[in-house]
Amino acid sequence: MDTLATTVDLRAEYESSGVREVLDELDRDMIGLAPVKARIRETAALLLVEKARKTLGLTHLTPTLHMSFTGNPGTGKTTVALKMAGLLKRLGYVRKGHLVSVTRDDLVGQYIGHTAPKTKEVLKRAMGGVLFIDEAYYLYRPDNERDYGQEAIEILLQIMENNRDDLVVILAGYADRMDTFFNANPGFRSRIAHHIDFPDYTDAELLAITEHMMAEQNYRATDDARTAFGEYIGLRRAQPHFANARSIRNAFDRARLRQANRLFAAAEGPLDAEALSTLVEADVRASRVFSGGLDSRTAEMEGKK
Amino acid sequence: MRNTQGTFSFLPDLTDDQISAQIQYCLDKDWAVGVEYCYDPHPRNIYWDMWGNPMFDLKDPKGVMMELADCRKVHGDAYIRLNAFDNTRAVESVTLSFIVNRPKVEPTIRMTRQEVNGRSVRYTHEIVR
Repeated sequence: MDTLATTVDLRAEYESSGVREVLDELDRDMIGLAPVKARIRETAALLLVEKARKTLGLTHLTPTLHMSFTGNPGTGKTTVALKMAGLLKRLGYVRKGHLVSVTRDDLVGQYIGHTAPKTKEVLKRAMGGVLFIDEAYYLYRPDNERDYGQEAIEILLQIMENNRDDLVVILAGYADRMDTFFNANPGFRSRIAHHIDFPDYTDAELLAITEHMMAEQNYRATDDARTAFGEYIGLRRAQPHFANARSIRNAFDRARLRQANRLFAAAEGPLDAEALSTLVEADVRASRVFSGGLDSRTAEMEGKK
Repeated sequence: MRNTQGTFSFLPDLTDDQISAQIQYCLDKDWAVGVEYCYDPHPRNIYWDMWGNPMFDLKDPKGVMMELADCRKVHGDAYIRLNAFDNTRAVESVTLSFIVNRPKVEPTIRMTRQEVNGRSVRYTHEIVR
């Protein structure tokens, strides 16, 4: 660049880069998660200012963008990571903005000499985008000192340091286990600038999520069914293997199943769109959650779904 | 003697940025890119050594450039080429191939004539360093 701009309009930059679009989308599509949204706004502001500083020729280093997302299952970590990838792309911090989502299995090999090529292949695929490592703490198994996870960790750390311009790594998992993981691998802690904690959803937020999901799939619940869903959420939370929005999605899917069954068994003659898209109270109430909860075995199966 | 196998070989050597741009072109066409190297550039030598497997599902040329950098580190004095594979015909057929690294001193090719069966002439070529 031969001539540098002398002023920069942050507001215009904010509009033109499409950052505003992503943030609005985040606000609209994600229910609750206030602290997460606040953190992402802060991060976006920081990156926008960094970018502005760069256009003015002020000395700058590429900021460390690696992040860790901690929170219980079903709190929207993957979805937010996807939005984050879009955000970083618009701000020009990653070139392609795709998300490569992996777990331990994709990085760690089965035998000696298998891990490095496997990890490298994943990293090559993630170049120019965001690498999302779900349940990252499984990479480190302190009980087995010959575990190949350590090898994957070393390659990751090296790439995170040397290829900061090329990819952003997001580690995700349960808060307490991530803490143990970071304590055992101080290299990770120091290379990750942004720690974002995902809170559990409240009952009201989960109900809003249910309605959002239903609207998305062109379903409608009667008032009774809605009340039943509200009660369902309260009861389900108290039972084991509760996975926030994911549990709710499963409940909704099973209600659809029962609705289809009901229509099939009871319907005589033609059905209109109204009948096909209405969930009634009975569809929700039939859930085992209402009949005194699940015994531990079925609860386990529930958790796996 | 300058080796002129593959695409772009009559042009000056490509810079890394130009190589990246070519790889990006391949990726945009959904071609897989593989790195190969060879110390014996005889035109009839079609068996080059593979530097790892061809890379599928890449989005960004950086992945290939990293492999190329690794290959140059080990085989800096070899010919290195990138092959792009097109699978639209249900086989991974090489559709673009260009040299990205040359030895400092390139070997020459010498032609020998041999008289056989009276005045008939046979030609053969060999690499001379």
